[in-house]
Amino acid sequence: MKKKFKVSSVLIKVFILLLVIVEVYPLFWMLTASFKQGFEWSSKPAYALNEGFYVQNYIDAWTRGHMSTFFKNSLINTLVSLVFIVIFAVTVGFAVTKMDWKWKDRVAKYFQLGIMVPVAIALIPLFQIYNNVGLINTRASLILAYIAFGLSLSIYLVTGYLRSLPDEIMEASVIDGCGIYKMMWHVVVPLMKNAIVTVLVLQFFFKWNDLLFSMTFINDTSLKTVQTGLLYFQNEFGAKNWGAIFASVSMSVMPMLVIYMFLNKTVMEGMAAGAVKG
Amino acid sequence: MKNVLANKKAIALFVVPALVLYTAIVALPVVWSLYYSLYSGSPGLKWEFCGLDNYKMLFNDKNFKAALIVNVKYIAVVMFGQVGLGLLLALMFKFWLKKFKTIVRTLVFFPVVLPTVAVGQLFAKIYEIQPNYGLLNSLLDGIGLKSLVQPWIGQASTALGSLCVMDIWVAMGFYSVIFYGALLDISEDVVEAARIDGAHGFSLFRYVLAPLLRPVIITSLVFSFSGTVKMFESALALTNGGPGNATKSLSMYMYNVSFSYSKVGYGSVIAIVIFLICVIGATIIGKFDKKD
Repeated sequence: MKKKFKVSSVLIKVFILLLVIVEVYPLFWMLTASFKQGFEWSSKPAYALNEGFYVQNYIDAWTRGHMSTFFKNSLINTLVSLVFIVIFAVTVGFAVTKMDWKWKDRVAKYFQLGIMVPVAIALIPLFQIYNNVGLINTRASLILAYIAFGLSLSIYLVTGYLRSLPDEIMEASVIDGCGIYKMMWHVVVPLMKNAIVTVLVLQFFFKWNDLLFSMTFINDTSLKTVQTGLLYFQNEFGAKNWGAIFASVSMSVMPMLVIYMFLNKTVMEGMAAGAVKG
Repeated sequence: MKNVLANKKAIALFVVPALVLYTAIVALPVVWSLYYSLYSGSPGLKWEFCGLDNYKMLFNDKNFKAALIVNVKYIAVVMFGQVGLGLLLALMFKFWLKKFKTIVRTLVFFPVVLPTVAVGQLFAKIYEIQPNYGLLNSLLDGIGLKSLVQPWIGQASTALGSLCVMDIWVAMGFYSVIFYGALLDISEDVVEAARIDGAHGFSLFRYVLAPLLRPVIITSLVFSFSGTVKMFESALALTNGGPGNATKSLSMYMYNVSFSYSKVGYGSVIAIVIFLICVIGATIIGKFDKKD
């Protein structure tokens, strides 16, 4: 009995190790590959480590490959929409849970419906609308779509947190002479810090990783985001310049890696919350 | 207190901007696409009312059928792969992994947050055969399995499978974290009591853990299902639907029909079908939650 147990526990350890390798090795390979020079690809097998650190790949990707432009665009689009998503999620969430008005439940339901809507079904009409008002090929087209499609889930998450916020705290602040705006800013928002961080992290990954909207609404290279930029990268460098392609892929992964290292617990919990509640 | 919370001006300020934006960009287009689906051609280009013709066309469209089959296969493999392996991983974290629990979980989760296109490019290089062997082929070659070296995403027989592997690789860590959270909520006493009653290994899972995890399993399946129905970005990034139509999904077909062939009305019908599959499928999976 005992012996059998030992064998299976060794097997399990091997299996776990194998799994971790399968998850991590491709990323490690990508990093080493991004430092390889052209000749290393033909003279050695693909799994070989890089000979030196050929940083020129990164310089090529950043300048010739327009990665600097793509990064700037992704950053602007994502940050601007995040600011609005958070503001709207907190204000709408507060209004539909804590404030007194007739339509609040219906409005909450209306926003909640959006969680189910696949982007695909709105894409074609949205393209036509944007086309008619001249928003195609502008930053605004993306930012508006990002905000609008980020609202449903964010409001839903925020209302979940707000329901558990005791009314006494708000009462106390009213007795102390707070108006509604002062109360929002000085009492509600600080208490909602966790919910706000969850929304921020979750939406950051969603917006940064958007592809469908940006490839549909943008075709001007100077407005492309990291995702769309990467998609057409191969055409620009040719299939043979693996080094530059890997460098740009590694670069696009970097912001995720940094955020993830600092916030991995929040990221995991936030994403899980988004899935289970959404 | 009452007065402060019933402040009409504040309510309007809090709700109206978001409401307008949401209505214009999410709700309106959804309704609009129902209307589009009754027209043929593109707005401004042979745009004519055609009643339900677009819907009829669906039944005789070979490309639609092909895309549907690809999509269904993809859903079946990826959904069960993601959720099944995620569950397996979570069980390992909980019961077998003593040390390094946090670091393993962190590493396994990481691919979830990567940009899809970056993952696609990475895997395109892993599967590559020309001009040089990619990672997979060079490893196969290196360990003497030269007969297995093949153009993984360049031939119809393996392209869809290769795509599925990539998407399972990306997402299984995500589901493992969800299941791990649920496993932590199950009290030690329950597991202990079951052990004393003689439940071990598989029987412990089958009769004790699985029923307790059921709501989370259902939620995960619904989540994975609605994600895989929309199959688009990863396929676009890895294979662009090819070779031929071997990995072309419903969403990709819809995209081509509407934007490349300019048949916006017909594209809208396909979009509606995707939406319906999404809703119906999620409802059916959700039904399993109701029993006992």
